[in-house]
Amino acid sequence: MLEVNHLSISFLQYEKGLKQQQLKVIKDLSVSVHSGEILAVVGSSGSGKSLLAHAILGILPTNATTEGTIYFDGVKLTPEKKEEFRGKEISFVPQSVNFLDPLMRVGTQVRNAARGASTSAQRKAFERLRLAKDVEQKFPFQLSGGMARRVLASTAMVSGAKLIIADEPTPGMDPTVIKEALKYFRELADSGCTVLMITHDIGAALEIADKIAVFYAGTTVESAMVNDFSGDGRLLRHPYSKALWRALPQNDFLPIPGSQPLPYANLPGCLFEPRCAFATTECRQDEPKPREIRNGIVRCIHAT
Amino acid sequence: MKNMIKFILKKTIRMVSLLIALCIISFLLISYSPIDPIQAYVGADMMRVGPEQRDKIAEYWGLDQSPLEQFVQWGSRVLQGDLGTSMIYRRPVADIISEKFLNSIILMSLAWLLSGIIGFIIGSIAAMKKDTWIDRTIKWYCYTLASTPTFWIGLLFLMIFAAWLDWFPIGLGVPAGVIAEDVTIGDRIKHLILPTLTLSMIGIANIALHTRQKLIDILSSDYVLFAKARGEKGFVLFWRHGLRNVALPAITLQFAAFSELFGGAVIAETVFSYPGLGQATVEAGLRGDVPLLLGIVIFSAIFVFIGNLVADLIYRLVDPRIREGKFL
Amino acid sequence: MNFLRIMTQKKSLIPKLNLRQRTLIAMIVSAIILLSVIFAGILLGDERIATNLENRNLAPSLDHPFGTDWLGRDMFTRTMKGLTLSIAVGLIAAAASSLIAVVLGILAATAGKIIDSIISWLVDLFLSVPHLVTLILIAFALGGGMKGVIIGLALTHWPSLCRVIRAEVMQLRSTEYVQISRKLGKKRWWIVTKHMIPHLIPQFFVGLILLFPHAILHEAAITFVGMGLSPHHPAIGIILSESMRYLSTGMWWLAFFPGLCLLIVVRSFDIIGENLRMLIDPHRAHE
Ligand SMILES: Nc1ncnc2c1ncn2[C@@H]1O[C@H](COP(=O)(O)OP(=O)(O)OP(=O)(O)O)[C@@H](O)[C@H]1O
Ligand code: SF4
Ligand SMILES: [Mg+2]
Repeated sequence: MLEVNHLSISFLQYEKGLKQQQLKVIKDLSVSVHSGEILAVVGSSGSGKSLLAHAILGILPTNATTEGTIYFDGVKLTPEKKEEFRGKEISFVPQSVNFLDPLMRVGTQVRNAARGASTSAQRKAFERLRLAKDVEQKFPFQLSGGMARRVLASTAMVSGAKLIIADEPTPGMDPTVIKEALKYFRELADSGCTVLMITHDIGAALEIADKIAVFYAGTTVESAMVNDFSGDGRLLRHPYSKALWRALPQNDFLPIPGSQPLPYANLPGCLFEPRCAFATTECRQDEPKPREIRNGIVRCIHAT
Repeated sequence: MKNMIKFILKKTIRMVSLLIALCIISFLLISYSPIDPIQAYVGADMMRVGPEQRDKIAEYWGLDQSPLEQFVQWGSRVLQGDLGTSMIYRRPVADIISEKFLNSIILMSLAWLLSGIIGFIIGSIAAMKKDTWIDRTIKWYCYTLASTPTFWIGLLFLMIFAAWLDWFPIGLGVPAGVIAEDVTIGDRIKHLILPTLTLSMIGIANIALHTRQKLIDILSSDYVLFAKARGEKGFVLFWRHGLRNVALPAITLQFAAFSELFGGAVIAETVFSYPGLGQATVEAGLRGDVPLLLGIVIFSAIFVFIGNLVADLIYRLVDPRIREGKFL
Repeated sequence: MNFLRIMTQKKSLIPKLNLRQRTLIAMIVSAIILLSVIFAGILLGDERIATNLENRNLAPSLDHPFGTDWLGRDMFTRTMKGLTLSIAVGLIAAAASSLIAVVLGILAATAGKIIDSIISWLVDLFLSVPHLVTLILIAFALGGGMKGVIIGLALTHWPSLCRVIRAEVMQLRSTEYVQISRKLGKKRWWIVTKHMIPHLIPQFFVGLILLFPHAILHEAAITFVGMGLSPHHPAIGIILSESMRYLSTGMWWLAFFPGLCLLIVVRSFDIIGENLRMLIDPHRAHE
């Protein structure tokens, strides 16, 4: 199982005149997934989903500093352990097509991720995701967005890892292929793998995930069971999760007014307070601590 | 293929327009020079040349005509491939240039290869070991090298290896006073080593720093991140993704550096009295050999053009994004 | 950037000097070196470089830190004077060159497509021949001497800065406030002076300082081959080309110290320019 506790990430930056600044973009973030489970991470753009994935893998840029702990199967993931586990125990499906080497044929890139009989594994994965046979000979720039994502997803299929981290693996794919890819992640979980899937597509998340973590402004505002996302969202604990749920087309299709806060430091209290319909003056005082309510975790002082 | 031909054609047309302008400007510049070309022709015997003889020489070289007439004559001959006759060597400029260039090309290509290889290797090492003392040393060394006058490096080499250690001769392409047939290959090599080292020093800094920066960019790129996430690291990572992506820009840069190479050869050949095109340039300038100087200007422009063209073509031929993109 | 917590780090917590401090120190040290060279060049008396046959060919000593030459002239004084001259020539040439670069760069970016392609053709023209060959050609046309060197340097060194300025202006033109000013009907000239010039001035100075090293090295090189400053000037190129004749005599100090000092001067300019650029454009320093 995977356990991320109190993760914080900040970037060292230089301004005009070379003044140093620390930009804290992830703060006190915690998630956990058991083996055999799929955790879906949802949240708006810029809420720190990709950074979480990169932090687990230890591939953050060099000007980033992290705090907090990450455990996988009871082993504390130090930088050395991460390096040892990458590609073997942990496999990664990155978010964008830029993650493919522009000068290497995509078939080779997938094979480099595989252990053992790489060519046959790669061909099998391509077949399963309905990639034509000649795709393996192509360079990334020759692929459409959806094809490239399928190539990226195949790297996870061939790796044989126990922890799969997939950063938005499905956009741009055909519905049938999405189904196939999701089904595959489910199979991986059922065979004992731990899957962390980052996605914008709550619908897809609901189909296959066991738990859902909702991110907002660099922290987890709620961890809920899949069943909590149903009906009018009353089972959900956090106002943001509820709003997110209600914003879906199949529900009320109501957009959440306002936007994610920019200057983090200026908000002493709850980060969602400026947009929250239930906000009270107390919400502005202290950052809400994570609380356990009805088998889920929430960061809201008024949650019940 | 059609695109390629179109590309080369476009480049060549631009080159021709540049060359024509270059000829006009160079000729204009030179025709206003206060340096007396007749003196260049006559040399040290100037005192013994009377006014009539002067006029005769001037007539012979066409120097009595207006600059415009001279230009038209010279220009039409250049168009026919005749660069005129060198005043100091008293032989066709084209012959002198090809003879001298043959000497220079050995020097230049060796130095070019050496600087390219060394620069690429140390640049790659610096990038792979970024922010370690190795990187800092290499960076410091390159910046210092880039600030070092070439001729001073040459002088240092001469002082250390020729004057002090006595390993090498102090100059000249071949030993003095030996007839051409008796010059052995060993002699030639001996006379080549120091100029080559000096000339290669210039290019190293440029290519190394460029390779370093490029490779650092590549190493922090998303696709290297993903390769790391797949468990690749160290030399395998460099071999699979770094080398592939950094080699092309480096080779291109090296071809685009023909201009510095030629300029460096002028200096290195002067320091080591190496009988190449660079030294001929200086001599033509110092002694007022107008036809030779003009010929070299044109030749050097073509030389630089070819380097740039090859750089562009390599990109087009090797980079799949351009090569195969056309056929999709 | 979505939400960023800004937390200026306390300096006292960092044991090492931070980048800003290191940058400033490097610049100050370089500036001090350059200023001392210039002062030494101006203040040292001419009597030390008068012919003094009693002191011929002396190796470096406390009295003559760089030794003396075959005429008994103090090499330290000659070197300092030569460097000062080089800096002066480099300054004039680099200033003229960057002026050309700025004018052409702004023109290329603002005066329409035709002018832009003409200027890009001009850039190509000046890059089509090796600098040193152009310098020899121009020096020849002007009959050698200081004028030839300065004009040659000014005419050959502008293209790269010109490209930078052009790109910078292009980018400025597309920024919002310039677009808004234009919509408000401001005159082109008003936009240029109010919005563009203030942004371009730092770029200009950095470009100018970074032109120095090239200009000085090329000046020394062309003087060294004999097409530059005349032998009467105490130029570094002259000193080094003279020293060639004495190489085999073992008088290493004739070439060693002047060249080393030239290297230090060039490097100092480079350090100032590069660090200044980092201060202005810290994006380059992020990693
Ligand atoms: N190298 C970096 N330096 C500074 N800030 C960064 C860096 N990388 C990411 N950030 C900031 O961290 C925040 C989170 O980024 P992240 O990529 O994790 O978002 P995300 O949740 O994956 O968004 P999306 O859904 O768009 O992929 C963003 O505000 C981003 O600006
Ligand atoms: S703590 Fe207050 S402001 Fe924040 S989500 Fe809960 S109710 Fe809204
Ligand atoms: Mg992301």
